[in-house]
Amino acid sequence: MAFTLNLNGETKNVEADAGTPLLWVIRDELKLTGTKFGCGVASCGACTVHLDGVPVRSCQTYVEDVDGSEITTIEAIAGNEIGAAVQQAWMELDVVQCGYCQSGQIMSAVGLLSENPKPSVQEIEDYMYGNACRCAAYQRIRAGIQRASEILEA
Amino acid sequence: MALETSRRGFLKGAAAAGAVLFVGARPDGVLAASNTDTMITPFVRIDANGVVTAIVKHFEMGQGTATGLTTLIAEEMGLRMDQIEYGFAPSNPQVYNNLFFGPTQGTGGSTAMANSFMQYRQAGAGARAVLIEAAAQTWGVTSGSLDIIDGMIVGGGQSAPLGDFVAAAAALSVAAEPVLKSPDQWRLIGNPSVRRTDAEIKGNGQAIFGMDLDLPNQMIAMVKRPEQMGATVISFDASGAEGIKGFIRAATLPNQAGVAVYAENTWAAMQARDLIDVTWDTSTAETRSSDQIKAEIMAALNAPAQFNVNKTDAAATEAKMAEASTVVEETFYFPLLAHAPMEPMNCTIEQTPEGKIILHDGCQIPTGPHMAFAQIFNLPMDQIEIRTLLTGGSFGRRATPEADYQVEAALAFMLTDRSRPVKLVWTREDDIRGGYYRPAFGHRVRVGLDKNGQIIAWDHHIAGQSIMRGTPFEGFAVHDGVDHSSVEGASDTPYQIPNAHFGLSDVPKATNVLWWRAVGHTHTAYVMEVMMDKAARAAGADPLQFRLGYLTDGVDQIRKAGVLRLAAEKAGWGQAPAGHAQGIAVHKSFGSYVAEVVEVSGSPADGVRIERVTCAVDCGIAVNPDLVAAQMEGGIGYGIGHAMRDQITLTDGAPDQWNFPDYEPLRISDIGAIDVHIV
Repeated sequence: MAFTLNLNGETKNVEADAGTPLLWVIRDELKLTGTKFGCGVASCGACTVHLDGVPVRSCQTYVEDVDGSEITTIEAIAGNEIGAAVQQAWMELDVVQCGYCQSGQIMSAVGLLSENPKPSVQEIEDYMYGNACRCAAYQRIRAGIQRASEILEA
Repeated sequence: MALETSRRGFLKGAAAAGAVLFVGARPDGVLAASNTDTMITPFVRIDANGVVTAIVKHFEMGQGTATGLTTLIAEEMGLRMDQIEYGFAPSNPQVYNNLFFGPTQGTGGSTAMANSFMQYRQAGAGARAVLIEAAAQTWGVTSGSLDIIDGMIVGGGQSAPLGDFVAAAAALSVAAEPVLKSPDQWRLIGNPSVRRTDAEIKGNGQAIFGMDLDLPNQMIAMVKRPEQMGATVISFDASGAEGIKGFIRAATLPNQAGVAVYAENTWAAMQARDLIDVTWDTSTAETRSSDQIKAEIMAALNAPAQFNVNKTDAAATEAKMAEASTVVEETFYFPLLAHAPMEPMNCTIEQTPEGKIILHDGCQIPTGPHMAFAQIFNLPMDQIEIRTLLTGGSFGRRATPEADYQVEAALAFMLTDRSRPVKLVWTREDDIRGGYYRPAFGHRVRVGLDKNGQIIAWDHHIAGQSIMRGTPFEGFAVHDGVDHSSVEGASDTPYQIPNAHFGLSDVPKATNVLWWRAVGHTHTAYVMEVMMDKAARAAGADPLQFRLGYLTDGVDQIRKAGVLRLAAEKAGWGQAPAGHAQGIAVHKSFGSYVAEVVEVSGSPADGVRIERVTCAVDCGIAVNPDLVAAQMEGGIGYGIGHAMRDQITLTDGAPDQWNFPDYEPLRISDIGAIDVHIV
């Protein structure tokens, strides 16, 4: 089936079965590989993208369900003030290690700060719970979100 | 081969006009400069525009070696970190070998920085020396009057960019041992403000991991594997997959280990694989359950040990044990564990029109697949090229002695007409259920204390599944029956324990087993420190002071005591806030000494929360202290996550776990603050 997606502000026409996970449309068809495959069952968050500004797991979001939504991936998140602040904080603190989960971490962090500009540690942990980092960079993820919050406040 | 494999596409601007300076090793190993990488195998490259590229011989799995090796070159060349790029070296076991591994290029065992430290500094210093000499000749001044500061050659009132002297420098000789910067001149080594070289691309989606590679016209291959480890294919029926758009075909791997499923894209491969029916021959498969494996290990602990690890007198230990006024005894069991790096296994193979094979892989031990591919494809080594990509974690998994997933990809590629690149992709289920686990181990320890609370005897029996036995590493890792990786961290403890005796018993392997971050120390450190704690309690002693009593003299002991004292001081040992409790532990592993004080709240009945971990580490020279801190933070989390809840269990030889929901990673809320202090 043919679908028209609004991805990172551009219109993209893709041909896919209705039940194809958005993850594989983004990665294999549209060739944006910043969105990662980690588990395929919405259990690690590496595939997180935004649908109309809200983080979703693209491995469990189907292409037929995103018609009319604005899809944003890590490649375009710098265009958002909060996204740019999170990326800056991530670099200041060297949050990444292997980095494979970090696109998803950043997309979730932007989602958190969009609805809660000054989250507490508890609120960070609650919101970020579903984003796994096997390198266990959690300490810096918490600190990175707090730092991004400061950058945005300034 | 050194000549051929050094010409690589990753060298940015390799085709650009203008001179290029390479500094690296000649075929005889001597450091040299050249204007072509056909004469030497380079560690650093400088082009006429002054772009400097460090050529990194280790892979990058998050541990930070790409930053570390780049730091060494930048330090010696007088560059800022933003004035140097990096690229991964091709496979070349003669020049890019790990100097601690013999003629093998590879990363592991906490050796990457240690083996490269002098090599990369010398290469950087050599580059600096020839550039300065070239500038001195051009300007008619002495080289001693010139320096490189922030990427500019300066002195005698003149200043010019490095690129101006690249052509002249390439014709000069490099001293055998170029003058290195002294530690008091270091601006980058040991500087905690140096940032990672790979942070930006990992934060904006531009980083290309193996999983992200997209070669023109590539196919995706997945392998349908048996439930039971070691079962083989009798036949398969792919008719159910015919309707999947993008499914190409399926074929039994030549080793019968599974059915390769080829498709135009990843999702089609996943769907098609699910719809293929395979009839398996389970006669050679693992059939034991993990309970049986545990029972075998426990039975071995009850029998006399097969091997006397340190050749000590067991009877003397028993005689002392008999004199003890208190004997503390404990039995431990450690389950199978999966590595589960964030990026599942994958790699891509293509054949060039000239017949060369190229492997694209987040390659931990390039020499492994390089040699395996030479055999599989019946090609000389120089007709096989390995291009290393960023890697989403490993924890040991990407370093199998038999190059398991690369060989699987090669077999899948062999079954095609080789006109299209084949990218092998594993799912998380393939990873969690795919074996190569941390082996299961059991320990039984008895510690005898005299009436003064002093240890007078330590009897320690370890039983489990040898990692090295039956692998190509058996020859150098197993001595007199003892696989050192089964006992490391126990039988070689720096603790000065009198009348210690260590026994080892090998139990047949369940599935295949593999080193897993810290290898034997994953169980020995736990056992040694729990036993020291229990002995301290039996002695009525403070756990810190008790440990220090067995670390009184010798370099090893002083360094181990040093981190113990530092962690205790920084944590406020003995001053936990009301409702919190502290514990302390220390261990030496792979040349580094680490102590931790953990502060917890809660209760044994209701569960505990880890509030704070204070860590002290002595790893020698910390080239990038902030990356060392990150490694400690991550290692602590990785250890705690698995200690808390993870294990692989088997029923009739098939793993019971599938994916993260039942092999639950450490989550952000599971662990509090970690403070790392570097000696």
